[in-house]
This record gives sequence, C-alpha cells and structure tokens, in this order.
Amino acid sequence: MRALLLRDLRLAIRAGGGFGLGLCFFLILTVLVPFGIGPARAGLAAVAPGILWVGALLACLLSLDRIFALDHEDGSLDLLATSPLPLEGVVAIKALAHWLTTGLPLVVAAPVFGLLLQLPFAAMPWLVLSLLLGTPALSVLGAFGAALTVGLRRGGLLMSALVLPLYIPTLIFGAEITRRGAEGAPVAAPVALIAGITLASAALIPFAAAAALRVNLR
Amino acid sequence: MSIWEYANPAKFMRTTGAMLPWLLPVAVAATVGGVVWGFLTPDDYRQGSTVKIMYMHVPAAMMAINVWVMMLVASVIWIVRRHHVSALAARAAAPVGAVMTLIALATGAIWGQPMWGTWWEWDPRLTSFLILFLFYLGYVALWSAIEDPDSAADLTGVLCLVGSVFALLSRYAVLFWNQGLHQGASLSVASGERMSAVYRYPLYLAMLGFAALSLALILIRTRTEIRRRRLAALQARELRS
Repeated sequence: MRALLLRDLRLAIRAGGGFGLGLCFFLILTVLVPFGIGPARAGLAAVAPGILWVGALLACLLSLDRIFALDHEDGSLDLLATSPLPLEGVVAIKALAHWLTTGLPLVVAAPVFGLLLQLPFAAMPWLVLSLLLGTPALSVLGAFGAALTVGLRRGGLLMSALVLPLYIPTLIFGAEITRRGAEGAPVAAPVALIAGITLASAALIPFAAAAALRVNLR
Repeated sequence: MSIWEYANPAKFMRTTGAMLPWLLPVAVAATVGGVVWGFLTPDDYRQGSTVKIMYMHVPAAMMAINVWVMMLVASVIWIVRRHHVSALAARAAAPVGAVMTLIALATGAIWGQPMWGTWWEWDPRLTSFLILFLFYLGYVALWSAIEDPDSAADLTGVLCLVGSVFALLSRYAVLFWNQGLHQGASLSVASGERMSAVYRYPLYLAMLGFAALSLALILIRTRTEIRRRRLAALQARELRS
C-alpha cells in the first residue's frame, strides 16, 4: 500500500503539475475575482469564503480524471485489480494520493489567497480547518466519479456533471464554517457535520468506487 | 405466486400489456379531471386565482421524489438479484422523474413570480429540487454514455445508491444554509392545519392522476426498452447465422 502511495505521488510530481496545477488554477481564480467584482474591501470580504471554497472544489475537479484514467490506459489498473491488495484499498490509496497532491497544497496556501480576497484574519484558522476537514471528502467523492467514467473516452465532462452535485453538502458546510468564523459566530455544528461527511465518505465511498471499477474492468 | 415472477420479461410484457389499456385512460382522465376541477374551485382569499397552480405543482413534486425512490428500489433489485426488467425500469423511469422535477420547478416559478415577487429564490426546498434535477440529469447522461447495457445498469445502479444518500444529505444541508420562504407541506396528517375540502379533493384526484400517469409512462418506456433488447438480440442472431 505504501509502495502504491509513493508511486502515485512520484508520478504526480514527475509528470509535472502535480502540486502546481491545482494551486495555479486557484491563484488565477483569486486574481480574476477582484477584477470581476470590483476592488472594494467589503464586497470582496463578503464573497471570499464562497469563492475560496468554490475555487478549491474546481481545482480538485481539474485533476480528477488523472486518478484512474492514465492507469487504465497503460493497463496498470488491471494489474492493481489482480494484485493481492483489495480494490477498495487501491481506491482509498489513490484518493489519498490525490488529496496529498491537490487538497493539501490548497490547505497550506489558502491563507495567502484569503489575504488577497480581504478575508478577515479571524476567519483564517477556520478557513484552513474547513479545507483540511472538507477536501479529503472532495478527493474520495472525486475518485468515485472517476471510477464511474474510467472506461469512457471523453468522460471528463460527464464526470464533472456526476461529481458536482455530490460536492454540494461539503461546499455548504465548508463555506459556512469560514463565514461564521469571519463573523465570530459559533462554528461547532458545521465543523462536526463536515467532519462527519468526510469520515463517512472515506469509510464507505471506496466500496462504491471499487464496485464501479470492477464493472469497468470487466 | 411471488412478486419475482414479474422479473420474467415475458410475464412482465403480458401483465403490463393487459394493464395499460385501462391504466392510461384512468391516468389521463384523473389528471385532466383533477386539474380542471381544481381550476373551477373558488379563489383563495389570500392567494387569489394563483392557488390553482397547486394542482399541477404538488402532484408533480410528489412524483419527482417518488420516481427517484422507485429508481432506487429498482437499482437495488438489479444489483442484488440481477433481474434485467428491474434495471430497464430504472432506466425508463429517470426521464419521467426529470420531467416531473422540471414541471414542479417551472410551475413553482410561475406561481412564485406574483406571490413572492421573484421567479427564483435560493430557498431550501427550491434548491433541493434543483439538486434533485441535477442528479436526474447525471443519471440519464451516464446511462446514455455507456454502450454495454449490463455495465451501464451496474454503474448507474451504484450512482443511484450514492446519489440518493447525497440528495438526502443536500436536502438537509441546505436547511442549514438558508432559511425557507416556501410554505410547509401542503397535505400533512400530523399537523392540525388542513386545507378546506373544496381544495383537498381535486388535489387528491390530481395526485392520483399524476401517479397513474407516471406509472403508465414508465411501463410504456420499460416495454419499449424490452422490445429494443429483443430486437438487438434478434439482429445479433441473424448476423451470426
């Protein structure tokens, strides 16, 4: 399992744009938003939590098709399916690798982007916390979408259409934590809920994704 | 006599073939009757004549959710017991459910314009219906994207299971995110507040009509799918000989 994780990480870094792609997209989005909305402090601060969360979600979506598609093309996915490692474990590891290369860099860099969008300082820890708790769910759900569409030649658009509705609860709670943090309101309830979504997805979605992969490898 | 006998396509075709000739007229009569009867009811003292759109809106919204539940049950039956009719019924039901969701959203918008002063509001009920519509679209898109019918049935079945959980989760998550503008349930056994009988009976008839209409449409579409399968099997046999 560790070997698979290291292999995926190494591939993501050496193929270029593993860490960079999501971050770069996030940077462009945060730079574009003030041009669209106007530079007024109050206006930017009001939309910052939502923009940052939507940005994280789209950045995550951008690299989803790489979770299984490349391995499916060169046949290593078939090898993994016949290896002693259960397919559920493969899915979980691949989702983890995806999170380490796209989710984690966003979590680390989010305060800087929050600064650009005039997010109040009080909200920074909550932004980081919400992303830290929420982005693993995005990766796991994304792996499910990728597993459903892995056999299709142009599955990218379809995968986005399937995955985005699944992201809605995470997005709601994630942005809510940040917004409440900015206002100094109590955040315990959305924090507990987003953590619940992430834990439940991480525990159960690999089974669904593995079932979908088995169908696609048939 | 068990319900699984209807998983036999021949038996299913015979039974539904006998059912449809009377189900369809009942469905059309009840739908038209309910809506027209509803149209003839007196105006509401607060909502005026706009209240009459309820005879389309409430039954369509009810069927939008019920059809999804039916798809969920059919998907589970397919995944567990591998009855092809069940998978085809789930496939046939999805566009019907999507149209019902669209009717509910559209009639809601038409009603909301004079009543709430807006065509659209990000209210929890409206939003969760929009999310349900997205799930329907994704489900239909996945069915049409995959060529092998058995793989498509498996993948959409899994999507339906996961989607159901997340559609329900979204339903309650949006409550968290915005306070509602939409009124509560139109018919409720638990709450003491009840609609006057003048409005209630046409609504019951319209609900019966929409339910029968959805059932009839789903059966017709399932029969079409079965016939398409048979045709494909015949063609494959001819090609081989």
